[in-house]
Amino acid sequence: MTDHGVASFERPAMPEAVVEARGLGKTYVMHTPWTDRLLRRAGPGRIDAVQDVSFAIARGRTLALVGESGCGKSTLARLMVGLETPTAGSAWVDRQDVQATLAGPAEAARALRRRMQMIFQDPYASLNPRWHVGDIVAEPLLEQGLIPPAQAPARVAALLASVGLKGVDVRRFPHQFSGGQRQRISIARAIATSPEFLVCDEPTSALDVSVQAQVLNLLVDLQRERALACLFISHNLVVVRYVADDVGVMYLGRILELAPKAELFAAPRHPYTRMLLAAVPDLRSRVRERAPVLGEVPDPLAPPPGCAFHPRCPHANERCRVERPALLPSGAVQVACHAVEENRL
Amino acid sequence: MSGPLLEVRDLCVEFPTRHGTLRALDGVSFDIAPGEILGVVGESGAGKSLTGAAIIGLLEPPGRVCGGQILLEGRRIDDLPGEAMRRIRGKQIGAVFQDPLTALNPLYTIGRQLTETLRTHLPLGAAQARERAIDLLRQAGLPAPEARLAQYPHEFSGGQRQRVVIALALAAEPKLVIADEPTTALDVAVQAQIIRLLRGVTQAHGASVMLITHDMGVIAETCDRVAVMYAGRIVEIGPVREVIEHPAHPYTAGLMASVPSLDDAAGGRLAQIEGALPRLDEIPSGCAFHPRCPKASPRCSDERPELALVRRTRAACWWPIVEGPAS
Repeated sequence: MTDHGVASFERPAMPEAVVEARGLGKTYVMHTPWTDRLLRRAGPGRIDAVQDVSFAIARGRTLALVGESGCGKSTLARLMVGLETPTAGSAWVDRQDVQATLAGPAEAARALRRRMQMIFQDPYASLNPRWHVGDIVAEPLLEQGLIPPAQAPARVAALLASVGLKGVDVRRFPHQFSGGQRQRISIARAIATSPEFLVCDEPTSALDVSVQAQVLNLLVDLQRERALACLFISHNLVVVRYVADDVGVMYLGRILELAPKAELFAAPRHPYTRMLLAAVPDLRSRVRERAPVLGEVPDPLAPPPGCAFHPRCPHANERCRVERPALLPSGAVQVACHAVEENRL
Repeated sequence: MSGPLLEVRDLCVEFPTRHGTLRALDGVSFDIAPGEILGVVGESGAGKSLTGAAIIGLLEPPGRVCGGQILLEGRRIDDLPGEAMRRIRGKQIGAVFQDPLTALNPLYTIGRQLTETLRTHLPLGAAQARERAIDLLRQAGLPAPEARLAQYPHEFSGGQRQRVVIALALAAEPKLVIADEPTTALDVAVQAQIIRLLRGVTQAHGASVMLITHDMGVIAETCDRVAVMYAGRIVEIGPVREVIEHPAHPYTAGLMASVPSLDDAAGGRLAQIEGALPRLDEIPSGCAFHPRCPKASPRCSDERPELALVRRTRAACWWPIVEGPAS
């Protein structure tokens, strides 16, 4: 892995990475009204949704990416499975460049699609309301030609059973299910093709806590059972704690801190990570008042110079306002912060 | 002042449908003292938002109050004609909803919306109303309020919009603010700011708050008391610390255990309640929670329990948890 210039955050004994992001970036060009172009000589606006993101996920491991809305985490998830085209860098699944493979021969593209699947946030929008649940779950199997149609009902029943749904549910429509059950259907569909790489984009943020617990436990069980490499996207640090092995914290398109879960929660390094942790409401500790958090995420059309977090950072100095910190390794952790680097923190 | 500010007695709400009448709220009773913050929690569909909507008289037809009373300062408000209720809304009861974008009119400036509300309810001149609008925005923590009066809702971020909505809700100095999921649409970091603001501003104005949310964390750090709802009924109500740390109802206990926490051992599993909230047309007999309850007995499916004192909270359960968890 290191021969690609990607810093490794895994222990040496780890099996080889299944999934890698190498300097991944996505820039969207915004439309500028012609009056502005004419009168103000305004160029097209650019949003750097994802910038220079690198990571690796080994078989059987889960990397969680957290951040506030607009930090680029969902764009990154879509880049990893080829739903978006990167404007820089590349995504790799099992030594195959995702973008190049999907654009290449149909047979290879189809084979790669079988190996990576995604679960979306909104179980109301991600299931076709006019299809029976049985057809929704069978579709990837038949589309991939993995089983003859005659065997589909048996396989679908087994898949539904593995996510805790009943065999009779195949003849029902998505609207007859609650949010949590719909997310189970999405999970059954995602694991139907026995993928090696699973991307979960906020799979529980539309669910109630008691249902969230059911779905998270199910995801963790399936991920362990099938030794999936999993990319888990969430805005909620506490949820991440129950599913992840490693955690990356994103802010305005970049990873600011990437660390093994235990390290991140025990000793968060980046001021933004600390802020996010301090902002988590907690039931059980009555001593910890939520730390007041200053400001909001800046406009991505005009990100601050230097470190993008400096306007909200209590430790920012002149260097932070001018020079963007690089993601530097320190032990098992990678942090992009001048204050950490200079031992001011 | 003596006596509660708001009393809700045996409130029932039903929805007539083609397949029969569905009872969405069934005998909900609670009160809110002056200056008190009462949290209302429960899963989606438990009836929390409906309770709030019934109190401010904004039930969506065909939903209707089919029983019980709602009293504000001892006067019934559930049977008022539309015009009288409209005057109470805004003046005596303010509302903050989940989505700040739909609560604001996108075609009017923030200043116009604030001054209009102020002048509808208070005898103020244009200049006075403007002064007061600026003051309200400042209290809501918006920087440069004078400049922002001329701006439209789309020029504000999500967190700032919710600040404007809170300013709007408090404009006419209401005695009660009903906040329905005020932080759900916001990022965690901004949530903390809005909760702090809501608590601070309502305290400063001496207003009571009914805070409806599914987020136990928000309840824990904001409320004095909390009511837990399940399938259209309150199953437990009591002081917030007591309910969180020593829940008496098995449903409350399950709900608390399923909340992810930063404190317990890493890598553990989340506790989960098996099954799902029943649909309104399939509410089980007796205690509605009995099919999912680990302590259920035959009595639970036959007889419906009413709220009764268990230590310091009141729970509707035949077999309440009497022992506190080993702390």
